[in-house]
Amino acid sequence: MKPAPFRYFAPTSLDECVGLLDEHGDEAKLLAGGQSLVPMMNFRLAKPAVLIDLNGVAELAYVEETSSGGMRIGALTRQRALERDPELRRRNPLLAEAIPYIGHFQIRNRGTVGGSIAHADPAAELPAVLCALDGSIRVRGGGGERTIAAVDFFQTYFTADLGPDEVVTEIVLPQWHSGDGWAVQELSRRYGDFALVGVVCRLRVDAEGNVTDGAAALFGVGGAPVVPEAVAQLVGTRAEEPTLAAVSAAVAAELDPESDVHASASYRRHLARVLTRRALSEAYARTNGGTG
Amino acid sequence: MSARAALSLQVNGAAVDRDVEPRLTLADFLRNELKLTGTHLGCEHGVCGACTVLVDGEAVRSCLLFAVQAQGRSITTVEGLAQGADLHPLQRALLERNGLQCGFCTPGVLMTAMEFLENTSVPTREEIRKALSGTICRCTGYQGMVDAIAEIAGGDR
Ligand SMILES: Cc1cc2nc3c(=O)[nH]c(=O)nc-3n(C[C@@H](O)[C@H](O)[C@H](O)COP(=O)(O)OP(=O)(O)OC[C@H]3O[C@@H](n4cnc5c(N)ncnc54)[C@H](O)[C@@H]3O)c2cc1C
Ligand code: FES
Ligand code: FES
Repeated sequence: MKPAPFRYFAPTSLDECVGLLDEHGDEAKLLAGGQSLVPMMNFRLAKPAVLIDLNGVAELAYVEETSSGGMRIGALTRQRALERDPELRRRNPLLAEAIPYIGHFQIRNRGTVGGSIAHADPAAELPAVLCALDGSIRVRGGGGERTIAAVDFFQTYFTADLGPDEVVTEIVLPQWHSGDGWAVQELSRRYGDFALVGVVCRLRVDAEGNVTDGAAALFGVGGAPVVPEAVAQLVGTRAEEPTLAAVSAAVAAELDPESDVHASASYRRHLARVLTRRALSEAYARTNGGTG
Repeated sequence: MSARAALSLQVNGAAVDRDVEPRLTLADFLRNELKLTGTHLGCEHGVCGACTVLVDGEAVRSCLLFAVQAQGRSITTVEGLAQGADLHPLQRALLERNGLQCGFCTPGVLMTAMEFLENTSVPTREEIRKALSGTICRCTGYQGMVDAIAEIAGGDR
């Protein structure tokens, strides 16, 4: 047997789960899909003394509409359940397009929305989607409930604004504006791998086809998703060349990627520029149902 | 030490009851406790796909699931595909189309394809390739696997 021994709890309600976290604190880890935690336990990079399995907390698996037309997605919702949700493309096409980039379908069969958010992998798609769309994260702990804007939640490599006694309960996305264009662009070495660099974005245009507002988030370019300011330079334009090239270069200039075994910092910066340009151009072409 | 937990589940249609340590993965449970060594372990971190089994019909990594989490579930492993000496059509197609050589990846390929074929009526070769992206094969170059799955998807299953 490879993982170190642990005490196992399988709560069936959120209250019970919060109580267990309160009791065991730092010693405990929550187990959701296990697609990031169990690899670390198998290699004993993580050795929690107590494992609290969320999989029986059925009240955390849901997709609901908010009163303002947005979406609330429960933390235990499987990535695969979202992928299969026939309504998702209408409700939030950017999220729908991003989900299949997470690993492989066998991974998404187990992996959860909350696990991906809490894990805060700098190359993960979901944190970037939340940041680009002004999403937020709701958490619950001994001290009660908190809602944190996604751009504040993701702090650095595998580190989020989440206490050891807190559970991510849901993510919240504002209403999708039906004429908005969107795009996901990423490069990975093999299909299904984590991205070396990725970009998600959303653009809105007026009746003349001029950009009125938009946002992007880049991932794999630092410890947390980056929401570049330079995208605002597209406002008032038709997102044509040479503006696109200039904006993409300005986006890349805002980044401070690091070198690692997968890619050098300069290659990442280059990718960020190329992928941003592609993403913005694709998103623009999709505005107003492709007529923008 | 962690206390053992009672575990009841179905494996290839048969009821199984055991006491297990919570840290035992489903893969190790199948291989070491049930001696179902058809489920292979390559990487133990979700990347290679060799350990893929069906849990209630869904293809998942058995190296990333604890056996206790399979309480009450129905597991299908590669041993559950053939009917006695009669290979499952997918196994036969893989054999005939040279979709395996050493066979290490084969159980994961089969279990992956089982769920994929269940959900995809007439897949394109591109879709088959994508579905196979989560199972790493060091031998075949994948063409035979794609051929075999395309054959089964297109013809009588
Ligand atoms: C081969 C492979 C490829 C992958 N590729 C990608 C990829 O391309 N993109 C990508 O984004 N991800 C990828 N992943 C990881 C992704 O699949 C996981 O879903 C995700 O990182 C973690 O989700 P989980 O539900 O499996 O969480 P777990 O592994 O169970 O938990 C991860 C961490 O989050 C904590 N946690 C879980 N749920 C909560 C909660 N509700 N509240 C508080 N803390 C919680 C756990 O304690 C743990 O620390 C890949 C994984 C594998 C194995
Ligand atoms: S052994 Fe489970 S995926 Fe490699
Ligand atoms: S047949 Fe040898 S690894 Fe696939």
